[in-house]
Amino acid sequence: MNYTALLELHGVTKTFGAVAALVNAELVLKAGSIHAVIGENGAGKSTLVKIIGGLYRRDAGTFLLDGESVDFHNTREAKAAGIAVIYQEPTLFPDLSVAENLFVGRQPYTRFGALDRAKMRRETRELTQRLGVPIDPDREARGLSIADQQVVEIAKSISVGAKVIVMDEPTAALSGIEVERLMGIARQLRDEGKGLIFISHRFDEVFALCDVITVMRDGSYVATNLTTVTTEDEIIHQMVGRSVDNLYSKQEALIGEPVLEVEHLTSAGVFQDVSFTVRSGEIVCLAGLVGAGRSEIARAVFGVDPYDSGSVRMGGISVPRTSPAAAMRLGIGFVPEDRRKQGLAMTAGIQSNITLAIRHKLARFGFIIAPLEEPSARTWAARLQVKMYALDTEAQMLSGGNQQKVVLGKWLATKPKLLIVDEPTRGIDVGTKAEVHRLLSELAGTGVALLMISSELPEVMGMADRVLVVREGRITAELPRATATPQNVMYAATHAPEVAA
Amino acid sequence: MSADTATITTNAVGHAAAQYRRHSRTLWRRMLLRTETAIVLAIILLIIFAITTVPYFAQPYTYLTMILNSAPILLMLLPVTLIIITGDIDLSVGSVVGFSSAIFGLSFHAGIPLPLAAGVAVVGGGLVGLLNGVLVTVVGLPSLAVTIGTLALFRGIAVGLLGTTAITGFPSEVTQFIGAPLFVGAPAPMVTVAIIVVAIGFAVVLHLTPFGRGVFAIGLSSETAAFSGVRVNRTRLILFVLSGLVASATGVYYTLQYSNAIGTNGLGFELQVVTAIVLGGVSIWGGRGSILGALAGGVLIATLNKTLQLAGIGSDTISIVTGATLIFSVVVAGIAGFISRRRRSKASVIAAGVEKHRAIPNPKSVPSNH
Amino acid sequence: MSVTHTVPVSQGRRSFLGRILRAREVGLIVMIFALVALTSVTQPGFLFSDGGWRELLRQPTILILIALGEAIVIITRNIDLSVGSILCLSAYAAGSLFSNFPGIPIPLVILSGILLGAFLGLVNGLLVAFLRVPSLVITLGTLYTYRGIAILWIGPHFIRSSWLPDEYRSFGTLQFLGIPVLLIVVAIIVLLIGWFMTSRRVGRDLYALGSNPEAATLFGLGERRLTVTAFVASGALAGLGGLVYLAIFATGDAQVGTGYELQAVAAAVVGGVAIVGGSGTIWGVALGAFFLATISNALPVLGVPSLWQQSIVGVLIVGAILLDRIVFITRIRRAKRKGTAT
Repeated sequence: MNYTALLELHGVTKTFGAVAALVNAELVLKAGSIHAVIGENGAGKSTLVKIIGGLYRRDAGTFLLDGESVDFHNTREAKAAGIAVIYQEPTLFPDLSVAENLFVGRQPYTRFGALDRAKMRRETRELTQRLGVPIDPDREARGLSIADQQVVEIAKSISVGAKVIVMDEPTAALSGIEVERLMGIARQLRDEGKGLIFISHRFDEVFALCDVITVMRDGSYVATNLTTVTTEDEIIHQMVGRSVDNLYSKQEALIGEPVLEVEHLTSAGVFQDVSFTVRSGEIVCLAGLVGAGRSEIARAVFGVDPYDSGSVRMGGISVPRTSPAAAMRLGIGFVPEDRRKQGLAMTAGIQSNITLAIRHKLARFGFIIAPLEEPSARTWAARLQVKMYALDTEAQMLSGGNQQKVVLGKWLATKPKLLIVDEPTRGIDVGTKAEVHRLLSELAGTGVALLMISSELPEVMGMADRVLVVREGRITAELPRATATPQNVMYAATHAPEVAA
Repeated sequence: MSADTATITTNAVGHAAAQYRRHSRTLWRRMLLRTETAIVLAIILLIIFAITTVPYFAQPYTYLTMILNSAPILLMLLPVTLIIITGDIDLSVGSVVGFSSAIFGLSFHAGIPLPLAAGVAVVGGGLVGLLNGVLVTVVGLPSLAVTIGTLALFRGIAVGLLGTTAITGFPSEVTQFIGAPLFVGAPAPMVTVAIIVVAIGFAVVLHLTPFGRGVFAIGLSSETAAFSGVRVNRTRLILFVLSGLVASATGVYYTLQYSNAIGTNGLGFELQVVTAIVLGGVSIWGGRGSILGALAGGVLIATLNKTLQLAGIGSDTISIVTGATLIFSVVVAGIAGFISRRRRSKASVIAAGVEKHRAIPNPKSVPSNH
Repeated sequence: MSVTHTVPVSQGRRSFLGRILRAREVGLIVMIFALVALTSVTQPGFLFSDGGWRELLRQPTILILIALGEAIVIITRNIDLSVGSILCLSAYAAGSLFSNFPGIPIPLVILSGILLGAFLGLVNGLLVAFLRVPSLVITLGTLYTYRGIAILWIGPHFIRSSWLPDEYRSFGTLQFLGIPVLLIVVAIIVLLIGWFMTSRRVGRDLYALGSNPEAATLFGLGERRLTVTAFVASGALAGLGGLVYLAIFATGDAQVGTGYELQAVAAAVVGGVAIVGGSGTIWGVALGAFFLATISNALPVLGVPSLWQQSIVGVLIVGAILLDRIVFITRIRRAKRKGTAT
């Protein structure tokens, strides 16, 4: 065939110091097509997007745009070359009007040297109308729904004449009808001859919308499939890939009395009527898509976020609302999703980080000094085999895996009865991953109840005694270890419950 | 495969891990390469310089007046240091001095016994501190905006209450006691004891208690602090109340020292307080700093000021000393920060190198945020 | 499949009248008129005398000028506390130019005053943009340093009205159609800056920077250049403020302008500029400054000792940020409710 692809990536590799984020990525995007890139969290999709968008520079490989090699140093160069990236959470200027956001940095002037607001307004109206979503050009961007913000971003990319439009998980925060609308826009753009890259987790959307599906796993390219000839099962197999049993060494643990009992927990617009129990020695996994409300449930249980109604009990005692300190006294530990912002004080030493949650316990007569903290810090760092030079090394100096071990150590030091772990292995290397899994399994073996949130199916399959699937803020399926398979978990997470049932 | 690797390396890693160093830098480096040391050294050098070259500097009376003049700043900066370490700021402290001075003067004037009048003023200061704290924590307004507003508000109340009148006539035995040396010929006044006691109190709270650990945690990352069970808003509220209490106690002291209650007492002190704290190595971004450093910053400004005055540069040098030292310290800190960032990025490459041998052959992970 | 547009379009344009009535500017105009009316009823001379009318209209000009500069800085999510000190230096510099070089052309002196202010603002801007230190700390330092320079330079001296050429002093009293020329000049400046901030790219970029600094960086708006621009503007306007001060009062010592920084911040905040940047209009700021200046003129007439003036400034600052906060929260709530309804 004698055609030139719009955008071609071959053997693109990107490493960050120790960690290889992307290895030999392959992608061929043709004009007038929608190309899905699909994979689990940590598969390298975001890194790929950032290289295309000019936020990162590749270490190796070829990157062709219209058949010519390009190497963007910043986002501006990528934009100028006709590449627009629309992120999950768009970055608009909330105080400026929609029209101004569309034209920021390139506003047209009238003959008298003033901004040509009429022209901006007119073009904005035309563009948003063309996209089927007329948005008032004069309203300020603050308060626009995420869906409308995305429309503004898409309109912006059209008005600068982008040839390639990348959408990075655009549907994660959208409701069903908004997704429909977005897909309509995407098809329209495709029919106008633009090339779209669509990053998603959701099979139904990918199969309904895209022409080609590229699957990635663990930072590498796996396969490219034509939608017309492939099946969901095949894609899931490509995504999950490796054999689950080898990786995770779950020990059998004695499952005992209920430790955590959550009943009818509701937070308006976030999650509804969530009830579940976690028993001692049991690992319960909250599975589902990003944005389904899993972390929000866990945060409400721990008391970081408020909730509207329902109850949380630990060992029969009611856990007060919005008080992590009280939750900790009742034996709850929480390893949060974002270890850089929520788990660690990045510029503080390892020792201060490990002992932060047990500072009251370590104090003698109300006073705490470094020698009182040192044994705990030393013990837990050593037990988790944290690789570091000294106890006062700043947390930001460690690799992701070691940082996560420090967070785990911090919470294990509190001797929790229930440990909530939110994405415990996100962004850490495979070896450390296995260590974390072994550790969590051992912990369950000692009778600790574990509530785990994970977006990685093999991890869920390998670790969970019970899988609770969360979809759009509700628990839609409960699958015991024996019957849970990647296929039925993924199915329950992506399909409305009446279909799943 | 990876699980096996982990098991095999367990013993070796465990052995190494048990031998973590306590500190990554040697003792002398930790002691010498810090702002506190630099400031204390600067003070010593300055005093030596002043004693040898500036006439009349080496007299007990010089030190006495120097400490008397800087005592309000040294007291007020203690709670404000904690507030800045949490990442907030309190610009209203100077006005609280005036406010408390007015309340104290009026209460005394109305015939209330002196100790009771002082009590009323201090409680009043606690209440205005509470107002700041509630606006910042409960309502959620930025502390900078709130305390700029209350700076004007409290000063306005103080000036409004007293008008142009000054209340004098405080019992002379009290006012003389306040300004007297500790003992005959001593280079330090009575208030030195108060400064030392309060400073030790705040240093213990900040550096040696779980509460102080929480204060640092809030400044380093308030989100991490909240996830670790630190009561973030309660801590911030307590600090604003403490700041009000100490500033109003300072107002009482200041009134007695000059035996004069006027609405403009403590005018502009807030800026001197913030300058001393920032000069003393407390990060305006929060999370870093010490009581010792902040105090040293205050003493350095006082010493510089006194030296310049005695050297005949002018009688009103405090503003240029304060301003120039502040700008100087942030410029130096900016350059030092630039250098350490460069060194750190090199160091992190080295630290990451430890992991390299295992991470590269198994390139199956992704950094969460680069 | 064709797309069906059943999704409710996010809220349409608010009614024109509703927007007018909600605007901060309208509220301020009403309050200014009410205040002037109330005061004139108490004391007709406040408005209906030559001196009263003139003072009412020309006193606010100084505050309006420095408040404009302050507002531009706050819009970029910074703060400039050094404006009072800059004003003092510019006023004294102009005074001593007149005194040392008799016969010096007045425009040259005006230019020097503005340039001196702009230079001092440039120093602020460069320090803020390149040191990664909050503008609060930097301008706190320069507030002191500039004031200290003024004290060292001026010492116990003060500007004497005999230093100034008659033409310059007459600026202060000159009227055109009964309106002080100073106010006309300042009004033109307000219009120019207002036009610049609403109708030029750089003006809009300043708003964008304060509205979302991270997005501005990601976008490549030129954060440093914009920060420096804002501080230079603020310095230049404070310098001009010093010249106006000199024209009105024809005197001045090393303490001129002390505390003006707070009044400037207050005027900006009362005029509707959010302390977190990104929003507020130049018209609102000018009216806010006019309102504050009128309060301090009116209070003594109303029998309130002028001493209480500062506490009113404080109440206005706290009240204005509280009001902004409440408006913000209700707007977010409303948006949320709409979001869940769809």
